[in-house]
Amino acid sequence: MSDVILKIRRQDGPNSSPYWEEFKVPVAPKANVISLLLEIQRSPVNAQGKPTTPVIWDCNCLEEVCGACSMVINGVARQACAAMVDSLSKPIVLQPLSKFPLVRDLMVDRTKMFENLKKIKAWIPIDGTYYMGSGPKVAPGVQDERYAISCCMTCGCCMEACPYVNSKTNYMGPTCMAQVKLFNAHPTGAMYKDERLDAIAGDGGIVDCGNAQNCERVCPKEIPLVSIIAELNRETAFRGFNRWLKGKPKSPGYESAPG
Amino acid sequence: MSQKYHYLARRLHSFTGIFPVGIFLCVHLCINSFIFKGPEAYDWAIGLLNRSPLTPYIEVCLIGIPILYHALYGVWVTYISKTNTLQYKYYRNWMFYLQRFTAIVTFLFVFWHIYVLRIARIFTGAEMDFATIAGWLSDPTIYVIYIIGYLAAIFHFCNGIWSFLISWGITIGQEAQNFVSCVCALIFIAMGVAGIAGLTLLSKAAV
Repeated sequence: MSDVILKIRRQDGPNSSPYWEEFKVPVAPKANVISLLLEIQRSPVNAQGKPTTPVIWDCNCLEEVCGACSMVINGVARQACAAMVDSLSKPIVLQPLSKFPLVRDLMVDRTKMFENLKKIKAWIPIDGTYYMGSGPKVAPGVQDERYAISCCMTCGCCMEACPYVNSKTNYMGPTCMAQVKLFNAHPTGAMYKDERLDAIAGDGGIVDCGNAQNCERVCPKEIPLVSIIAELNRETAFRGFNRWLKGKPKSPGYESAPG
Repeated sequence: MSQKYHYLARRLHSFTGIFPVGIFLCVHLCINSFIFKGPEAYDWAIGLLNRSPLTPYIEVCLIGIPILYHALYGVWVTYISKTNTLQYKYYRNWMFYLQRFTAIVTFLFVFWHIYVLRIARIFTGAEMDFATIAGWLSDPTIYVIYIIGYLAAIFHFCNGIWSFLISWGITIGQEAQNFVSCVCALIFIAMGVAGIAGLTLLSKAAV
C-alpha cells in the first residue's frame, strides 16, 4: 500500500470561507476517490498529522449511475466513484461543483436541476381518472435515441463545465435540453411538445447556449448533447415562427364555456 | 432584458452577425481587393459605393444599426459568460473563448476604424481614395493595428458562421459540424492571406 496526497477544498458551511486541506492517504490497488474519502473518514488526520473534521461528500450508487458523487477532480467535473486513483495525476485535487449552492466540503445542493426539470415538464402525462389503454408503439430507432438520453443521471457535470451556467445567467443547462428531446420523442410525451419548446425558448432557455460544447465532452453518459441542442435550436425557431405567423389558436377555455 | 424578448434578442444577435454584418464584411473586402488591380481600379471600386444615392440609407439601416446591435448585445453576452479554458482545454472551448476575445478586439478596432475613416470624414470633408489610405497605412503602428484588427474580425466571422449554423439548427450532427468547421478554417486562412497581402501592398504603396 502506497500513500497518495489529496488536496481538498473545504468549507464548513454555505456561508463560511473556503480553505485547502491536505491529506496523506494509504491507497489500496484499484481504489477510487470515494475509497480515499472513506479512509479520511476512518481517521480524520491531515497531512500535518493534526486531527481534523472528516471531509463531507455525497455518494450513493458507487457505480456511476446516480450522479450524487459529482465533484471537480483535478480540475474536471466527474464522478468520484468512477475516478480510479491509478489513472489520476498526483496529488489529487478535489473541489466541490462550483455551479451549485454548497452545503459543506464536497457536498452541493443540486435541487436547481430538479426545479429546472419541472419547468420543462420532464414527464409523460399518463395519469387519468380512467384506464387510458396501452401506450403507443415506439419505433426501434427512436427507442435507441431515447435510451441514450434516458441514461442522464442529473449529475451536473455538463452544467459545471458550461461557461453559460453561472451566477449571471439563469441558464437551465444542457441536461434540460436533453430531457426536452427525450420526452418530446415519446408519442404520449409529445402532447406537451409545444409547452416544452416554449419553456426552453423562455428565461434560462436554449439561447443561452454559447456552443462551447464542453457539456458533451464531460458527460459521463456520453449523451450527444451538442446535436440535441442544435436540433432543439431548429425546433424552437420553427415553433417561434409558426406561433407568430399562425397566431394563437382560439380556444373557449373554462371561463367562456356555456353553462 | 425582458424575459419575453430574451429568445428574440439573442437570436437576432446571431442573425445580424451574418445578415447583414457578415455579408457587408465580404462586400467591403471584395471592394478592397481591387487594390490587387492597381490604384485606379481601387479608387473606382471605393467610389462605386460612395456614388450610389442609396449609400447613406444603406450605411445607417443595413450597416450602422445592425453592427451597433450586434456589438452592444455581444458585449453583454461576453460579459455574462464565465470562460474555463484552463480547466477544460478542449478545442471547441478554446474557439469559444477566442470568439469572445476576437469580439472585443473587433469591437474596438471596428469602432475606431469607422470613426477615423468614415465619421471624421463628415467633419473634415477629406477625400477617401488610394493616396489617403496608402499614406495612412504606411505608418507601421497603424499597419500593425490593421493586421490585428483584420485577423480578429475575420476569425470572428468565420467561427461565427460555424456557430450560426448550429444556433439556427442547420448543422445538427457531429459530422456536419466538423465539416463546416474545416470549411470555416479554410475560409479564414484564405481571407487572412489575401487580407494581409492587400494591407501590405497598400502600406508599401505610399509615395
